[in-house]
Amino acid sequence: MKGQGITFRRIKDVFVKGLIILMAGCSVVPLVAILYYVFKQGIEAINWDFFTQLPKPVGEVGGGIANAIVGSLLIIFFAAAMAIPFGISIGVYLSEHGETKLAYFTRLVVDALQGIPSIVIGIVIYIWVVKPMGHFSAFSGSIALGIMMIPIIARSTEETLKLIPFSLKEASLALGVPYYKTMMKVIIPSGLSGILSGIILSIARITGETAPLLFTAFGNPFFNFDIQHPIHTMLTPMSSMPLIIFNYATSPYDDWHRLAWGTAFLLLVFVLMLNIITKIATRKWKVQF
Amino acid sequence: MESTVLTASKFGAYFGKNHVLKNINLDIYKNKITAIMGPSGCGKTTFIRCINRLHELTPGATVEGNLFLHDEDIYKMYPIILRKKAGMVFQRPNPFPSMSIYENVIAGYTLNGIKLKKQEKDELVQESLEDAALWNEVKDTLHKKGTFLSGGQQQRLCIARAIAMKPEILLLDEATSALDPISTASIEELLLELKKNYTIIIVTHNMQQAARVSDKTAFFYLGELIEYDETKNIFTNPKNPKTQNYITGRFG
Ligand SMILES: Nc1ncnc2c1ncn2[C@@H]1O[C@H](COP(=O)(O)OP(=O)(O)OP(=O)(O)O)[C@@H](O)[C@H]1O
Ligand SMILES: [Mg+2]
Repeated sequence: MKGQGITFRRIKDVFVKGLIILMAGCSVVPLVAILYYVFKQGIEAINWDFFTQLPKPVGEVGGGIANAIVGSLLIIFFAAAMAIPFGISIGVYLSEHGETKLAYFTRLVVDALQGIPSIVIGIVIYIWVVKPMGHFSAFSGSIALGIMMIPIIARSTEETLKLIPFSLKEASLALGVPYYKTMMKVIIPSGLSGILSGIILSIARITGETAPLLFTAFGNPFFNFDIQHPIHTMLTPMSSMPLIIFNYATSPYDDWHRLAWGTAFLLLVFVLMLNIITKIATRKWKVQF
Repeated sequence: MESTVLTASKFGAYFGKNHVLKNINLDIYKNKITAIMGPSGCGKTTFIRCINRLHELTPGATVEGNLFLHDEDIYKMYPIILRKKAGMVFQRPNPFPSMSIYENVIAGYTLNGIKLKKQEKDELVQESLEDAALWNEVKDTLHKKGTFLSGGQQQRLCIARAIAMKPEILLLDEATSALDPISTASIEELLLELKKNYTIIIVTHNMQQAARVSDKTAFFYLGELIEYDETKNIFTNPKNPKTQNYITGRFG
């Protein structure tokens, strides 16, 4: 009786284990299939021109997406520059004063913000920024993406800082270090790896966003980056990689399809690299308590 | 006459409504080691955290009466100035994990934005680590993270960090309770060495330790100071029956 029970349980063990492995395997299949397909289609489009040339007018073969690559990098750079101070401040506030009513409310808002569809953010920024300015601009695109980054940075900062032992703060305060310096020079550096990985993940998250950019940065077939007037450049419409994919993939031209696949491939590589960098950063700057 | 460094007068402390220290009156003397003993929960930690005003970091924590450092009322000083004069070593070693051993020792200066020349820093680091009996063990690895050290070494690093600030009084809260006998012995030796230059208060549950290193002993019980005297009197001839019971192991 007892022996039979054990055999049965062992069969159940094996069965459950097998099922878990099977399910995990199944979920990997679509991912690998997508990666493979994008890679196969995209790699053909990748060549020197792809990185250095501007898009060619309709009908001409060739050209590249240089303006979109630079545009994406600029828009993301300014988005991050705006979102990082806000995100980190909110995160610090939530971890320091987490019990207050305002913190509770802030946390609710941050979580809700994370759940808002990106197209809605695009429309709102269109109404608040693009319309008053009178024209599309890369800058408004940065604002839309920046807003999407804030909750990710804020929550990862909060979670990271909460794990830092209180004794560390006491150690600093006991040396007569003022509170703000304790935060800036002891607590935040101790949580640096977590905060950094939150920032990189938030960039990875918004890199492929298309919807908010349709209403804001809009796109631009020309290379409009002027290194001497970076601010001015940001106030004009600007191309970016997700917009290229959106516009070219929906066009009827084979050569544009090819460029769209190439861009998709590049975007994928970029995001994958960001993820790898996050892993390395977390390991490298991990602080042992 | 011995000179007093710290004076408590009708001093009390609360956590919210909970009255955890009542009517404490005592004088701490210069270049002496004063041990604070008493059963768990009697307010030892609270008392020394009142001296450097870490007590008030707890929401709802308040104090009454007066504490004087020399003649200055501690509760009228700026905490950041007071804390530079009253160094503290905690029960668990807490070196700064993002800093090297070297940076940890001079953290009190760098974090406070006090500029030192390279040579001054080097001297300060060596001197403090020598005083903390750690120099020989770490002099070749000064630029490694402090958290790679053993627990006992980390605790001595924290002592070095505290004495690098040249405090007027050094507060140690069960600083050896997490350490092995060898590290404990070396820290005790260190304290005896340090009292030449500093005034020291130690909180300890270890009566042998109090007997070995301290000059004066204060016995706390349920938030009150029961007896305060020369250590040898406390251990050989306690006046209060509660003290007697405690040191003979009848309670606590
Ligand atoms: N953060 C806190 N909030 C509320 N009450 C506290 C807090 N810390 C300590 N207390 C209370 O204050 C009293 C004194 O605590 P304290 O930590 O000073 O005791 P102690 O003598 O250091 O004990 P131990 O020997 O266990 O370290 C205890 O009754 C405790 O319950
Ligand atoms: Mg205690």
